[in-house]
Amino acid sequence: MTDMTSSVQSTFVRPAQARRDIGIKRRYAAERRFKAYGLTAILIGLFFLFVLLWTVVSKGYTAFQQTAITLPIEFSEKIIDPKNERGANPAKLMTANYPLLVRDALVKALGIDPANKPLVKQATDMVSASARTQLRDLVVANPAIIGTTATVSLLAEGNIDSANKGQIDLTVAEANRKVKDQQIEWMKKLSETGAMAKQFNTGLFTYGASSRPEASGIGVAALGSLYMMLIVLVLALPIGVAASIYLEEFAPKNRLTDLIEVNINNLAAVPSIVYGLLGLSIFINFAGMPRSAAVVGGLVLTLMTLPTIIIATRAALKAVPPSIRSAALGLGASKMQTIFHHVLPLAMPGVLTGTIIGLAHALGETAPLLLIGMVAFVVDYPGSPMDPSTALPVQIYMWANEAERAFVERTSGAIMILLIFLVVMNLGAILLRRRFERRW
Amino acid sequence: MASSKGKLSALHSLPGYHGVYVAIWAVLPAAFVLAVWLLASPFFIENSVRSALPDTVKSQGAATTELMLGQVMQVANGLKRLSSDELAAVTSGSSNLREALAAKGVPMANAGEPYMVEAAQHYNSLRDGSRWVMSLVVLIIAIAGAVFAIRGISAPFRARNRVERVMLGTLLVASSIAILTTVGIVGSMLSEAIRFFQSVSPSAFFFGTVWDPRFSAAGSGGTEGQFGLLPLLAGTLYIALVAMLFAVPVGLFAAIYMAEYAKPVVRGIAKPLLEILAGIPTIVYGFFALVTVGPFLRDISAQLNGLVTGNYVNFIQAQSVLTAGLVMGIMLIPFVSSLSDDIITQVPRSLRDGSLGLGATRSETIKRVILPAALPGIVGALLLTASRAVGETMIVVLAAGVAARMQLNPFEAMTTVTVKIVNQLTGDLEFNSPQTLVAFALGITLFAITLCLNIYALYIVRKYREQYE
Repeated sequence: MTDMTSSVQSTFVRPAQARRDIGIKRRYAAERRFKAYGLTAILIGLFFLFVLLWTVVSKGYTAFQQTAITLPIEFSEKIIDPKNERGANPAKLMTANYPLLVRDALVKALGIDPANKPLVKQATDMVSASARTQLRDLVVANPAIIGTTATVSLLAEGNIDSANKGQIDLTVAEANRKVKDQQIEWMKKLSETGAMAKQFNTGLFTYGASSRPEASGIGVAALGSLYMMLIVLVLALPIGVAASIYLEEFAPKNRLTDLIEVNINNLAAVPSIVYGLLGLSIFINFAGMPRSAAVVGGLVLTLMTLPTIIIATRAALKAVPPSIRSAALGLGASKMQTIFHHVLPLAMPGVLTGTIIGLAHALGETAPLLLIGMVAFVVDYPGSPMDPSTALPVQIYMWANEAERAFVERTSGAIMILLIFLVVMNLGAILLRRRFERRW
Repeated sequence: MASSKGKLSALHSLPGYHGVYVAIWAVLPAAFVLAVWLLASPFFIENSVRSALPDTVKSQGAATTELMLGQVMQVANGLKRLSSDELAAVTSGSSNLREALAAKGVPMANAGEPYMVEAAQHYNSLRDGSRWVMSLVVLIIAIAGAVFAIRGISAPFRARNRVERVMLGTLLVASSIAILTTVGIVGSMLSEAIRFFQSVSPSAFFFGTVWDPRFSAAGSGGTEGQFGLLPLLAGTLYIALVAMLFAVPVGLFAAIYMAEYAKPVVRGIAKPLLEILAGIPTIVYGFFALVTVGPFLRDISAQLNGLVTGNYVNFIQAQSVLTAGLVMGIMLIPFVSSLSDDIITQVPRSLRDGSLGLGATRSETIKRVILPAALPGIVGALLLTASRAVGETMIVVLAAGVAARMQLNPFEAMTTVTVKIVNQLTGDLEFNSPQTLVAFALGITLFAITLCLNIYALYIVRKYREQYE
């Protein structure tokens, strides 16, 4: 605005004035450029944020759906238990030929000639190999089902699932893609009869590691992460609070406390992978704790989170005004009573905010866990923190290294779940701060 | 206890403190003994069992003895799961030990020998005995402590002061954990690194230009790899440099805009949004680099090449210095911007007003007055950011590649110190080969680099803060 009026004026005035106005014009132009640079920088940052989130969401939202093929399965006694031994030897049920049940059901549903082996093979390839365990569990849980026909919803194989979600380019020559023309025809047929449909993917939340994308989920990894978060919370919060109370309220000001101060600030900036090396050589090599156990991961993450909590707690303690302390001391409270009855409760919101942020950081940490052997193929839920387990971000890392299309989708889905956890934790921290923050 | 004088005010300390005092006496010594016992008893028991092993085993050297000891312990664990009938059958030799244990889910390497069962039973009885004695001793100590404490209590007794002294001790122990962590990091890595330097000379490590650790099959031996640090260091610094080249201008300009130009509303929205970038786990950035940025750069380079030369061949690899650096740069934007933002807003109002009052435009004020005043702080912030770039792991693991080479083309893959630490330590490992121990030498190098950067940066930032306080 100002430079416009000045440019209009400049045509009417003396040469010297004009020269100065040119300078002003240049300076204002520089000003606008400078401002534009700043705005661009912010927009670049936000642009990448949105691209990142968009990538994850657009690749990942389909992971929450899973194609299932619902078939009437005839639990024929002839196949499961031809010699009728299940009364004497229940283990027979574990080793029965369950894929045969699926094959027969598919042959019937699709109307294929059972003698045409290649065709039958193509048909059975459409169903996940996990159908075997699924049917086995059904029969073992309820042996009375043998001899009857029940409708069972089976997982579709990973590639069929991808094709059904439209992620596989079906215009490519048949030899170059994993889903064959015949299978596509069957898919259409099954979809029309309603036998093949997409349903909510509960398996993503409950299954463990698997080499088949359709049967793998984050349930086991999430439990491992939960164990570690509990260990971090139980250890890091009391130790961190105790340490910061000592440093802030009791420690004499001398070289040693200076050193501790520098040391803690420095620990907060040590690369996380170094903590992994520490855990490997002290907890596993020296103390002989089990590899890939959640307890070691929890201890490593505790050490990593401690500096964050200590720094936040010290800031919160510092923010409590000295008048509170003086009042309590003046009424005859001891120093310990002053701190634990008055200062600490007032500093608690700040402490909890710092703790939640530290926990959120620990939840997303991957590198140290790789070194202590949590890159493990864990199928079963860990019963205790001492059992082999894996963690959510490590599971993401392992899936990211898999080539199949269906794993990319699951990786993004798992990232979405991880990010949702982090958002919830951070929102909690922000709300806590808003709700309880006091200005003195 | 309060009734000792009938009046509460006659007590020196509140009744609760007396209670805590007794509890401390009951728990602390007992817990201490328990801990010592738990740590020490396995050694004693193992020694006893070891000496009970037959001479034929002991004469075969320490390694065999340890192996047999391990088997005995496995047998001992297995024996506990057997019922008394089965146990009798095993001890009398009528049933096969291996099969009996396998049925209970305890696998055994070989068939097992009679002396093992004997030794295992010896081990079990020792262990059970130790458990019993331990429980008894701990219980006695706890009761004795409590009795001693209760007898000491009287109205003028200064229970609170004693409780507070224990609490103070606890606080002191907690704060020493931070120091212990550092000592642990340095100590553990140094000791492992020294073991590494016993087989590879330090000069070959620090000045070697070839990285070829050559994982040899166990036992084959003889194939010494080459462990040159320089290619890894070059890759680390190169990627960090690319990341900084991207993050510093963007982050700095964003900070300047937010500190000096943005309206409170804009600032209130943009700042937290940018900080979301800092809260995203690095594995997510790695995935982003792997599936989006890498392929995008590869394809666009092929297109560009095609437009210019007509030959549609990509000149940027999907895993390259540029991919890793760019994505790491995105991650670093919020670090640069929020650290610089804090520092710029700390520059006193008076400097700003003085410059504006003399007729300078805002940008001139920023360039000529505020930035020079904030420069030391900003340099500190940039050093902190650089240390983070050097120590970053997951992005480079997924985006930088594993080829260790020294070259200057940012479109080719290079590897970093952190990638090699992860590579050397994942999978099955034994802890006496230089192939795994080298990870600790790399770790201590990384730790030393980041430590120097951090200490110098923290020193600068602290100095700067004092200047304006």
